[in-house]
Amino acid sequence: MAEVSLSSQSNVAAALTRRPGWTTALRVLRYSVVRLVALFATVVVGVYLTILIANMGGYVDEIKKAQIREGISLSVSMDPANRALTPAQRNELIEGLVQVEVKRLGLDRPFLLRSFASLTDALTLNLGRANYLTSDSGSKLVRLVILERLPPTLLLFATSNLFLFFFSIFVALRLSRNYGNLADRMVIALAPTSAAPGWFYGIFLILIFSALLGWLPFGGMVDTPPPADRLQYAWSVLRHMILPVSAITLSAIFLTIYNWRTFFLIYSSEDYVDMAKAKGLPGRIVENRYILRPTLPTIITNFALLVIGLWTGAIILETVFNWPGLGRLLYQAIGLFDTPIIVGSTVIYAYLLAITVFVLDFTYALVDPRVRVGEGGAK
Amino acid sequence: MIRNAWADLRQYPSAIIGLLIVGFLVVMAIYALATLSYGEAIRLWRGGEDIWQDYPRTASPEWTNVFRSKKLPSTVLFDSRQGQGSKVVEPRGSLTEITIEFPFNFQADDFPQELAIFFYATFTQKQPHVEMTWLTPDGREIRIGEYSPRGRDSYRFEGDSRLARRLRNVPAQQALFATPGVEPLVPLKGVYTLRLDALIFEENGDLDAKFIAYGKVSGLAGTDHRRRDLMVAILWGAPIALAFGLLAALGTTVTTMFIAAFGVWFGGLVDAAIQRITEIVLILPVLPILIMVGTFYSRSIWVILGVVILLSIFGSAIKSYRAIFLQVKESPYIEAARAYGAGNLRIIGRYLTPRVIPLLIPQLVVLIPSYVFLEASLAVLGLGDPVLPTWGKVIDDAFRNGALFNGYYYWVLQPSALLIVTGLGFAMVGFALDRVFNPRLRGL
Repeated sequence: MAEVSLSSQSNVAAALTRRPGWTTALRVLRYSVVRLVALFATVVVGVYLTILIANMGGYVDEIKKAQIREGISLSVSMDPANRALTPAQRNELIEGLVQVEVKRLGLDRPFLLRSFASLTDALTLNLGRANYLTSDSGSKLVRLVILERLPPTLLLFATSNLFLFFFSIFVALRLSRNYGNLADRMVIALAPTSAAPGWFYGIFLILIFSALLGWLPFGGMVDTPPPADRLQYAWSVLRHMILPVSAITLSAIFLTIYNWRTFFLIYSSEDYVDMAKAKGLPGRIVENRYILRPTLPTIITNFALLVIGLWTGAIILETVFNWPGLGRLLYQAIGLFDTPIIVGSTVIYAYLLAITVFVLDFTYALVDPRVRVGEGGAK
Repeated sequence: MIRNAWADLRQYPSAIIGLLIVGFLVVMAIYALATLSYGEAIRLWRGGEDIWQDYPRTASPEWTNVFRSKKLPSTVLFDSRQGQGSKVVEPRGSLTEITIEFPFNFQADDFPQELAIFFYATFTQKQPHVEMTWLTPDGREIRIGEYSPRGRDSYRFEGDSRLARRLRNVPAQQALFATPGVEPLVPLKGVYTLRLDALIFEENGDLDAKFIAYGKVSGLAGTDHRRRDLMVAILWGAPIALAFGLLAALGTTVTTMFIAAFGVWFGGLVDAAIQRITEIVLILPVLPILIMVGTFYSRSIWVILGVVILLSIFGSAIKSYRAIFLQVKESPYIEAARAYGAGNLRIIGRYLTPRVIPLLIPQLVVLIPSYVFLEASLAVLGLGDPVLPTWGKVIDDAFRNGALFNGYYYWVLQPSALLIVTGLGFAMVGFALDRVFNPRLRGL
């Protein structure tokens, strides 16, 4: 932390006087591309590990073999030329064709080689067909089933995190300005409440606002039947979002505000802040330019870890609130023992985590003067 | 240092409250271990009707009656085998007549949940014949029906369609207790008697009976949909939660610390490799992987514990430990240790790692609740340990049976309250410890 504050002291002034131009944009771009490549490598390794774990019991192979068998038995039974065959002969024919296909796809190769083939399949979400679950359009392709559930998850998660981020910054700045007052001490006292995950608060929110008061719906994303009018549809979604978003927020807000307020306090005891105040700059400018700006990279790093933790909680949160997203899909898949979906969801969660890290890295590059001004600190 | 820390810690009221909570949990865990053995707890929790037949379904805890204006009835149980009620045996020629009477005082403002009689008949050829009669406080005599029990047999009032017809399709547990002529039905308070007149046709035959008027409140913790007393899970959840949380937190923080120390001390490739692995682990979706392990391999809590530790040893905490180790590595006393010829392991174990203990202890304490909640999360996803009674599994059962929707709030609230109390307790202690050990933040 000392390292960050020292270099930002010298650079922050420069960053403020120089308007960002082409060179800066290029640097941020280069930084992002390098990070993107590094992250993609990380995702590949992460997905490979996932495949290894899933395949330890041979589950991915089983999925594939079942798919091959299904396809072949279908084509054999549809073929009029095979109508004269007895069931035993037909089974023999199917068995032979399956063996050929297994050989063709290389499923009889050693595990190491095969695992790389599974890796490419997993990376492209080419995970075959779900055993039981279907997408709304009736497709059983794992990719379609998963992609269909992605937007609700993203909607819920993005809303909650954006709200959490801006609200926390606002309140943390407020508190750091007059720390030690009642509100500040309340936040410190309430910080331990973040030990419980979002779904846990969800239970209580449902209990209070749905079961006891009856103000808000128990769960789901829209009313049934969904309103035909667009405006009413949006309103209905909004009403269903209030409780899950509040649950996520409640589970993280106090600790986040507490942490960030501490960061602000550390940075506002820097000499250049005293200098700015001594110059007679108005409080708002001091806050925005001399405290908020240099603290942002630290805050974003902190936020990244928080968001990664929240993704985990989101799976159960969706289950508790019946939110038709990825988490609930995974929950349904567990109940039905739908292995392709479970593996597919794990892979897509790896992707989502990587994308989250990338977005936050990109924001980091935008706000960290060391990345914007020179190459010195960029990694 | 420990004594100083204790003196500092006492300055924080939150730390005192937290310590009290943790102490309470430990006492609860010890009490659970002392009163119910591990095997017994599992046997009870997995038991079906054979163990729990005397308990009502989804009954609230008894103490909730304190807050109710309309008191709910508790379970009334009479067992003639244990000399409860009265049993008169009268030989009558070749037959024997047995009269069993169960008088009880009913003072609740609501009807019982269910009525049932369990018969224990002894005979070789001919089943005894029982006539059941219900006597109300206002002197009415209601014929319930006749029954010929086969050995161990049960008669449930609700399942008797002839009785239902006679009671004009009002459920028996309401009709038998209702004040006549009042709508909506109100229970009549007073002494009720169930009389069983049995005829035994054989010389060595005998008949005993157990009558249960299942209440709507039961025990200190209530019961669930399988009549199990929730107290078993509430009590046994404590040692399991504490053990899981503590072992996972200890396992992850200590291994993380050593890995960070190794990386910094050996530097170069080792350090780079550890850093890259940390970055990979950061984007590994921990919960989905745990779910995969739970669905494909094993749901045992100890297997899950192992996987949790494996997945978190390269956790993000490595970065903060690394920052400290990098500074410490350059300290003169490390050079001194090198000069006297200390080996790598000795330096790591005796000189490097002790320096992060102040950072490690608060983190360890703060991590405990997150693992307790992780166990609960897995249970809520239906991946809880199949045999162990845990708080998370109670919440899961409650959700699967629509507890919030049906108003069984106690079912969700009790385990949730314990979870949150556990979480708050450890977090409060951890936060205070953090401020004591890392005075940089204390002034703020």
